[in-house]
Amino acid sequence: MDREYIKNFIIARAAKEIRDGDIVNLGIGMPTMLPKFLPENVKVTVQAENGLLGVIPCTKETYDPIYKVDAGATPVTVAPGGCFFDSCTSFGMIRGGHIDVTILGALEVDEQGNLSNWIIPGKKLPGMGGAMDLVVGAKKVIVTMEHTQKGQPKILKKCRLPLTALNCVNLIITEMCVIEVTDKGLKLIEINPEFTAEQVQEATEATLIISDELKPMA
Amino acid sequence: MSKIISVKEAVAMIPDGASIMVGGFMGCGNPHRIIDELSKSGKGNFKLICNDGAQPGGPMGEEHYGVAKLIHNRQVKHLVATHVGLNPEVGQQMNEGTLKVDLIPQGSFAEMIRAGGSGLGGVLTPTGVGTIIEELKDYVHSVQEIDGKKFLLMKPLRADFALISGYRVDKLGNVWYKGSTSNFGLMMATAANVVIVEADNIVEVGEIEPENVRTPGIFVDYIVDGGA
Repeated sequence: MDREYIKNFIIARAAKEIRDGDIVNLGIGMPTMLPKFLPENVKVTVQAENGLLGVIPCTKETYDPIYKVDAGATPVTVAPGGCFFDSCTSFGMIRGGHIDVTILGALEVDEQGNLSNWIIPGKKLPGMGGAMDLVVGAKKVIVTMEHTQKGQPKILKKCRLPLTALNCVNLIITEMCVIEVTDKGLKLIEINPEFTAEQVQEATEATLIISDELKPMA
Repeated sequence: MSKIISVKEAVAMIPDGASIMVGGFMGCGNPHRIIDELSKSGKGNFKLICNDGAQPGGPMGEEHYGVAKLIHNRQVKHLVATHVGLNPEVGQQMNEGTLKVDLIPQGSFAEMIRAGGSGLGGVLTPTGVGTIIEELKDYVHSVQEIDGKKFLLMKPLRADFALISGYRVDKLGNVWYKGSTSNFGLMMATAANVVIVEADNIVEVGEIEPENVRTPGIFVDYIVDGGA
C-alpha cells in the first residue's frame, strides 16, 4: 500500500464514524480530507479553531486568502449559516463540549488512551496549537495515523513522549485496524483483511484485546 | 483628540525590548503595515506574544509573512505562542540559543489574555492537566481541584503594546473585523498598556452599526491607516 492509498483508506474509515449533523474539528493534514469521504446524506459542520464554523473549500469567487483561512492557513470560506468568531468563543466551543468529534494525528497513543502529538524533545517543537484543548473538550476523539513509524510501534503500553492529554482518545484508526480505547485496555474491533490479528499485535507494543465480534475493516 | 497617527509615529512609540501582543493566526489578521515598518526600524529584543510565528511565504508572494518578518530579522528574543511548526526559522533560532520560545495551549493562551485585560486573577482550565504544561511556572500558578476535577490555574497575560488589525475602524476606534481575522485581536485589545489598531478602512463615526462593533473604541488608543 503506498502512502497516498493508506491515507485515503484511513480517512475513508474515519468518515464512517461521523453522524449526520455532527460538529467536527479536523486536524491539519490527513483529517482535513474527511469531508470528501462523507456520503450524501451525512452533513457535517466543520469548526476551525481560529474562529470559523461551517468551513467549506473556497471557489475562485470566494477565494480571500488575506481574510479567510482555516487553522492550517489554507484559504477557505464558510457555508451559508456559518460564521466567524474570536478565539475565546472558539475555545469555549471546544472545551465546553460543543464539538461532537475531533480527528487528529498522533506520534504515540497508549493503553490508557493517553496521547502524545505535539513535541519531540530536542528534535521537533511544533507546539500544541489547539490540540490540547480539542482532545480535552471534544465529545469524541479519533486518532488517525499510520500504525507504525519506520517500523516502530506508535501504539504503546505507555507514551514515552510528553503528553498532549491524559485518557482522551476514544478510537484509533490505522491502515491495519480499528482500536477502541476501553477501561480494560485497547480493544481490536476491526481488522484490515490484508493482515492477521497476529501481525497487528506484532506491530503494536500495547497488548490488544481481540473483540469477540472482530469485523473486517471496510 | 484624534486617535489617527501615521505608521511611523506608531512604530516610534515602541521601544527596544518592549513586550508586544500581535493579533492574527498564521499571518491572517496580523497588522501587516505596522509590522513592515517595525521590521525596518532596527529595533529589537522584543517579547512577542502572538499565536504563532506565521510562515515564510505569504499569499501575495511575500517572502516573510506577518510576524515572520520580525523573527527573520532577529528582532524577537522571546516568543510566547501556541504553535511555531510552520515557521522553520523559529526552531532554527531556538537551537542557536538566540530565541526563547514558550508554548501555551491555544485555548489557555486566549483566556489568559482575556483575563489580563478584564481584571481577572487567572483562569482555571482542564487543558494541560497531567502534562508538562504544569511545569511552566511563569504561566501556571498551580493545579487546583474543584469538586473532584483537576484544573490548571493559568496566570493572566498582558503586554506593553497590542498591535491588532481591523477591516473597518471608525475614528473613535470602534472595530469591525472581516472573515477570520478577529481571532486574538478582541482579547489583545483589552490587555495592553497601549493598543494600536491598523485599519484597512478608516470610516466616519456611525458607519459601523453599534451592534456590529466587536472591539469597542474605548480599548483603542491609536489608529493607523492600513490602506487596503
